Amino acid sequence: MGNKVKYRIGKSAGFQVLTVVLAFACVIPLIAILIYIIRAGITKINWNFITNVEKPVGEIGGGIAHALLGSVLVIFFASVMAIPVGILCGIFLSENKKSRLAYWSRLSVDILQGVPSIVIGIVAYIWLVKPFGYSAISGSIALAIMMLPIIIRSTEETLKMLPDTLREAGFALGMPFHRVVLKIIVPCGISGILSGVMLSVARIAGETAPLLFTAFGYQFLSANMAKPMETLPHLIFKYAITPYKDWQDLAWGASCVLLVWVLLLNILTKLITRKWKVQL
Amino acid sequence: MDTPVNNDLITRSGITLERVISSEKIRDAVKGIKRIKRSHRQIKAESIFRRTLTIVGLSMVVLVFGIMLTLIVQSFPSLKALGVGYLWGQTWDPVRDIYGALPFLMGTLLTSFTALIISIPFSFAVAIFLGEYYPKGWLANFLKNTVELIAAVPSVIYGFWGLAVLVPIVRSLEVSIGVPSIGYGIFTSSLILAVMVIPYAASLGRSMIQMVPSNLKEAAYSLGATRWEVIRSVILPYTRSGLFAGILLSLGRALGETMAVTMVIGNTPLMPKNLFSTGNTMASVIANELGEADKAVYNSALIELGLVLFLVTVVINMIGKKVIGRFTNE
Repeated sequence: MGNKVKYRIGKSAGFQVLTVVLAFACVIPLIAILIYIIRAGITKINWNFITNVEKPVGEIGGGIAHALLGSVLVIFFASVMAIPVGILCGIFLSENKKSRLAYWSRLSVDILQGVPSIVIGIVAYIWLVKPFGYSAISGSIALAIMMLPIIIRSTEETLKMLPDTLREAGFALGMPFHRVVLKIIVPCGISGILSGVMLSVARIAGETAPLLFTAFGYQFLSANMAKPMETLPHLIFKYAITPYKDWQDLAWGASCVLLVWVLLLNILTKLITRKWKVQL
Repeated sequence: MDTPVNNDLITRSGITLERVISSEKIRDAVKGIKRIKRSHRQIKAESIFRRTLTIVGLSMVVLVFGIMLTLIVQSFPSLKALGVGYLWGQTWDPVRDIYGALPFLMGTLLTSFTALIISIPFSFAVAIFLGEYYPKGWLANFLKNTVELIAAVPSVIYGFWGLAVLVPIVRSLEVSIGVPSIGYGIFTSSLILAVMVIPYAASLGRSMIQMVPSNLKEAAYSLGATRWEVIRSVILPYTRSGLFAGILLSLGRALGETMAVTMVIGNTPLMPKNLFSTGNTMASVIANELGEADKAVYNSALIELGLVLFLVTVVINMIGKKVIGRFTNE
């Protein structure tokens, strides 16, 4: 009897140890990647790297200025398109919980969230690149489509959690619906909406697949949204699969920049959500 | 009372203030008109706002239908030229106009399921650790945030890291077990994918495990069950459907993952013979070839692969959401 109990307790303890070991084993790859990328990348970053554009293989002093500018522009235009639509749609879903359109709309957002990024890329390619040729703006649109579900979900979830009494107080004062939403509901939930927006920017900042056949890549500094444009993730992909050491070094530097950028955005979002006690 | 009534409504109508007999009445009337005007404007603005919201809500439905319709329409040329047999064809040779998608289907399925099998013990361990053993405290916070950051790292960086670190490791492993040592291939992609999909099953599993009612667990403890026995015979059966949904979400991610896989799988359009051979997945063949597919059928064949990918992930995600919805309603 005593032996059996001991065996059961031992088994329980053994399983606990196994769980702890396996759980913390998940951290190892992430730490390994972080350390490797930062160690390989940090030494490649210098003034030339930040300010120069692509140089032919063999010539030293190439940089990633064109990709940095391109990434910022593509993400900026994607945000300009996605943020207003996303927030409005989130408001729509939280204000109309039961209507049939809201059900279909919510279902669509769910579907959109699961669609692989490469498929979004194909669609942007068919819609915009086939008729008009490669352009940075088509890349922005593809990324905007990917941002939408994240913004919509976080807006909806945040606004849903606000107490109905807030809304009723506004109506009791005779405020019309749009003023109740814009002056009471949205300001109360702004922290949740904001963190959703930042999360969506963090998500698309590293996306490569939808840009492969939309923004396409370009070797010079360019701010023309109607023309092809280089972006940071695409530059990493392009340089990483070449056999040239110079270009691979540039890719390591670019990876380091991209990684730090994306992680900072994520950590910032975490801090916001913790400060304002938002649940996402 | 002696505020001037200098409203243009009055001056326009030709009435001057001197002629007014009772200014109070007019003032009231003007106030009334103003109020009516303002509420008119607000009613108008309100209906515009409501309409805008409805249009935006509708546009999401239109967007998703548009995506599906576009993919279907653009797949027509290949459906017409190649038929359903396209998905069973074993050769992919665009130069000779032979298109068969089976190698890519096999590549996708092999990489995704291998990745899933590798990742499940880890993601479940994280879920149980955070949901049951240590739900609070700095250690739990650290683990939770780190696991969430795994999902934040861009996939192209996973791919680059895999190319530089994992490929040589796998190559030496292949040398030691005596298979053709390339380093690239299905197995390497699965390893990378396994790391990438851990957070999805883990975070869903954690929230499901935390929802197990404590009276169930306490009842089991009061009967003398050990911690492991409580987990095995109370928590896991109770959260079974939720854990399953988490696996489905991970699978959906793995099927559609493109860049990391493209960079380490080797990109050969051949049927994979075993886990260590090179191959290609649906997503990576699209990424590699769509930009240069000039022939109409070739282009359309690739888009059809995208359609398959779209439909499969939609179905998987729908089932996952259904399961989660049923679980949380109970």
